[in-house]
Amino acid sequence: MTTTTPSNGTALVAYDDAVRRYDPVIGIEVHVELGTRTKMFCPAEQSFGAEPNTQTTPVSLGLPGALPVVNGTAVEYAIRIGLALNCQIAESCRFARKNYFYPDVPKNFQTSQYDEPIAFDGWLDVELEDGTVHRVEIERAHMEEDAGKNTHVGGSAGRIHGAEYSLVDYNRAGVPLVEIVTRPITGAGERAPEVARAYVQALRDIFRVLDVSEARMERGNVRADVNLSLRATPESPLGTRTETKNVNSFRSVERAVRYEISRQAALLDAGQTVVQETRHFHEDTGSTSPGRVKSDAEDYRYFPEPDLVPVAPSREWVEEIRATLPELPQARRRRLHDEWGFADAEMRDVVNAGALDLVEATIAAGATPAAARKWWMGELARRAKQDEVELADLPITPAQIGELQQLVDAGRINDKIARQVLDGVLAGEGGPEEVVVARGLEVVSDDGPLLEAIDAALAAQPDVVEKVRGGNQGPVGAIIGAVMKATRGQADAKRVRELVLERIG
Amino acid sequence: MTDLTRLPAAELAATLAAGEASSVEATQAHLDRIAAVDGDVHAFLHVSADDALATAADVDTRRAAGEDLHPLAGVPIAVKDVVVTKGMPSTAGSKILEGWIPPYDATLVERLRAAGLPILGKTNMDEFAMGSSTEHSAFGNTHNPWDLSRIPGGSGGGSAAAVAAFEAPLAIGTDTGGSIRQPGAVTGTVGVKPTYGGVSRYGLIAMASSLDQAGPVTRTVLDSALLHELIGGHDPRDSTSIPEPLPPLVEAARQGALGDLSGLRVGVVTQLQGEGYQPGVLARFHESLELLTKAGAEVVEVSCPHFEYALAAYYLIMPAEASSNLAKFDGMRFGLRVEPQDGPVTAERVMAATRGAGFGDEVKRRVVLGTYALSAGYYDAYYGSAQKVRTLIQRDFDAAFAQADVLVSPTAPTTAFPLGEKLDDPLAMYLNDVATIPANLAGVPGISVPNGLSDDGLPVGFQILAPAKADDRLYRVGAALESALESSWGAPLLARAPELG
Amino acid sequence: MSTISRDEVARVAALARIDLRDDEVDRLAGELDVIVDSIARVREVATPDVPATSHPLPLTNVFREDVPQPALPVEDVLAAAPDAQDGRFAVPQILGEE
Repeated sequence: MTTTTPSNGTALVAYDDAVRRYDPVIGIEVHVELGTRTKMFCPAEQSFGAEPNTQTTPVSLGLPGALPVVNGTAVEYAIRIGLALNCQIAESCRFARKNYFYPDVPKNFQTSQYDEPIAFDGWLDVELEDGTVHRVEIERAHMEEDAGKNTHVGGSAGRIHGAEYSLVDYNRAGVPLVEIVTRPITGAGERAPEVARAYVQALRDIFRVLDVSEARMERGNVRADVNLSLRATPESPLGTRTETKNVNSFRSVERAVRYEISRQAALLDAGQTVVQETRHFHEDTGSTSPGRVKSDAEDYRYFPEPDLVPVAPSREWVEEIRATLPELPQARRRRLHDEWGFADAEMRDVVNAGALDLVEATIAAGATPAAARKWWMGELARRAKQDEVELADLPITPAQIGELQQLVDAGRINDKIARQVLDGVLAGEGGPEEVVVARGLEVVSDDGPLLEAIDAALAAQPDVVEKVRGGNQGPVGAIIGAVMKATRGQADAKRVRELVLERIG
Repeated sequence: MTDLTRLPAAELAATLAAGEASSVEATQAHLDRIAAVDGDVHAFLHVSADDALATAADVDTRRAAGEDLHPLAGVPIAVKDVVVTKGMPSTAGSKILEGWIPPYDATLVERLRAAGLPILGKTNMDEFAMGSSTEHSAFGNTHNPWDLSRIPGGSGGGSAAAVAAFEAPLAIGTDTGGSIRQPGAVTGTVGVKPTYGGVSRYGLIAMASSLDQAGPVTRTVLDSALLHELIGGHDPRDSTSIPEPLPPLVEAARQGALGDLSGLRVGVVTQLQGEGYQPGVLARFHESLELLTKAGAEVVEVSCPHFEYALAAYYLIMPAEASSNLAKFDGMRFGLRVEPQDGPVTAERVMAATRGAGFGDEVKRRVVLGTYALSAGYYDAYYGSAQKVRTLIQRDFDAAFAQADVLVSPTAPTTAFPLGEKLDDPLAMYLNDVATIPANLAGVPGISVPNGLSDDGLPVGFQILAPAKADDRLYRVGAALESALESSWGAPLLARAPELG
Repeated sequence: MSTISRDEVARVAALARIDLRDDEVDRLAGELDVIVDSIARVREVATPDVPATSHPLPLTNVFREDVPQPALPVEDVLAAAPDAQDGRFAVPQILGEE
């Protein structure tokens, strides 16, 4: 059963149908920009948003005579990434030249690693939202340098030599990259898009925890190329794969995989062959289209980089680095799960909502795990959705939630009032204590005003006394209700009940 | 004071230090000499008179103020145009870089400037250092001062000719397959290729990265030692530069000049003599061996069987690396930009048109050859195999240096041939480097010392090779030979060069 | 050992982004044929047991501290540019740009 998209006429098979009849195999290449202070092979500073061509040296500009020198911190970061991905670290590895002509590559070759990556043969267990775990095998992680940035300028008639040209900024040229390549990811079936997305997200989280990159996909710190092929059954040989680039968010990763599965299924259904090509992902339509035609660009004429000497990390150095690795996200989640004692589904919800750090910090501020979860997954999640922001972007801190919960625990406010206090904090009126004081929300602790209110309520409802003395405690609720109303809810309902019963006698 | 130009650098330095002449006078004297003779020799592509005189004046001032100066301060020098000089044109002998002014100095230039050597200008060379005669320069030939109708050697013919013509007492050259040593041999000057990594390559417009080295071009062995010590040593901007300090080269030269070589074993390489070597070249070579023996050395015959593959390996490794190093010349960021005459003006087509117009024949030959040697399907057979030959040649050297402290050969198989004679036969041209190439492949240092004139009245060179990092041996043995030769001649060889201008 | 054909020379020249006239291609093919024949002999001794040497000196682990040095001033960067605009290098239209 096929459907045709109106926008570009490409035939597609409905996703569920496609994955029922074909087995998808995915491969993902992720490039991460390392957050070192300087570039991979030269000491030019790298930072976001600098004026064009203000962050180059003769080396990163590719001037005649310039020579590269390896940034030792970049090597350390690459090893950290390799270790976090359970890779072997090479005993000795060389850089290689990847030769191709392109204006954003100032030397017209990229210094990269070819058959000697610094890390290889690793794996990462990826957790999906429902708790399913899929192991992704990592073929390699290697070091290389980034290219400059072309900005295409079109249509202007003001230039001497033609309507279209490009402007090139070499600030980014030479920025250190680590490229991580998976082995073919098989066995994901209809969950392949999720696995792809979860994998890239998991990598991003690892990069942040390792502190090797800011890892913001929207800034291009993390780039994913998604490969996909279909085969009839898991026992069939691998099909022809396409590579989709320009996948700029986690959601896009998932969408790109879904789209390619649908598209390739339609081709195979029609008895056509899938063209091995590079495709471009379009955010707006969630579709892919063929990218630039590669002529002879595939012959990169790799050879060992003669201007650099081999990198041979000693086993001692590798172990030193391993010892400094922080707790990785998955291990941390498991530990917190044990410590907090949440049910599996509860824990997953917290993780999926991106509330893990927030809950942890709130517990550190004195709240119990249950209370922390209650606030963040309850009232605050509701507010975040309503205001259309991320939990972390709400104008309230975990410390403040901790403080709020402490006020409840101390009996100074009750749950209902706590929500008002929350509103006050979110509205910018100050911290919880300040809001309680400023709005006069503190629960009345003095019996005096309570007794006044009780007497007034009893006077207004005289038949209550009779009924209660007669053995029916039900109507007490009405008195309590009246008292709560009179005190604007700032009474401890338990205490009120006690006093009412005392009063009635 | 024209005799200032006749002084070797060490003597000129002494003269300046003694206050008998100023650096400005010395520099001006050389500029005058250049004006007088370079019309015929054409060693220089660019003369930087103002810059040189400013440096000279500054040195004179500092010397007068009693400042402690480098031994060579104030002694002028010429620099091969393959070395990047800030604010001064650097063409590498190519049209594609005509008019390019680098925004930075090579490390060795920084060291020259810091020591106060006035830079007279940039010298002519085969385009991108590809050649053995300087005939492949895009800017015209350089002429051998011994006979202006002949080649000065290459690729650094300009530096050698400048020094041989007394236009400069010192010059910088670069040597990838013999481009310092071979011009030295055919012009009667001294040329040294340091151990690979001994002198920083930062700022050398790269030809073959694993083979290139910058080195001194001078009239005496001591001058080369002085210059080598100034420009050499570790450079953190060059990952392939040797971390340890240089051995004491000047001391070795002074020691050697005393003439005692007892205990020294000199290895004559069987494969670097015989067929293809002119009789006059061989005759001078054997005479020099005699002198070394008289100085106390023991001469032994060593065999380096894989040297016969050296030329082939070199003409695979060098073009391959060069093809990649020259990719940056594409008209996008600097240098020549040429648009295609017809059809769409795209980046790809502008690159191809620029390189087609900007590169000379020899460069095209080697870039195409190198690209071919690296391309898919050919790597193992060509580049890969050549890198293995390299290992075999290193092993040959290791074995030979177990039997001898230095290895010797004639520097080049022939004397200077006439301009134009070998231009149509690239292979014949490549054979000029047959004795010099093995040292570049292995990374060992070598020196060429002028050891006489051939029957045709043209200079001949004696090559000495030493193990890696043992550059001091070159200077010890070279100085001993030079001393013995000049005793027998009664004067330096260049005293016999014809008058120019 | 097969000769290096005219078509091969043309293909490689394109790979190396060098425009050659027809007569240049012809001449190069002839010259390279001879040269390639002579350098092919390296295979005679390049047996599997011989390791390749990519670097003449056995140096390893040459690193630089991650400390910034001043960048080239942007005027210097663009000074030699054949064409520049808005602080960037202006290059002709790039075919097949993504």
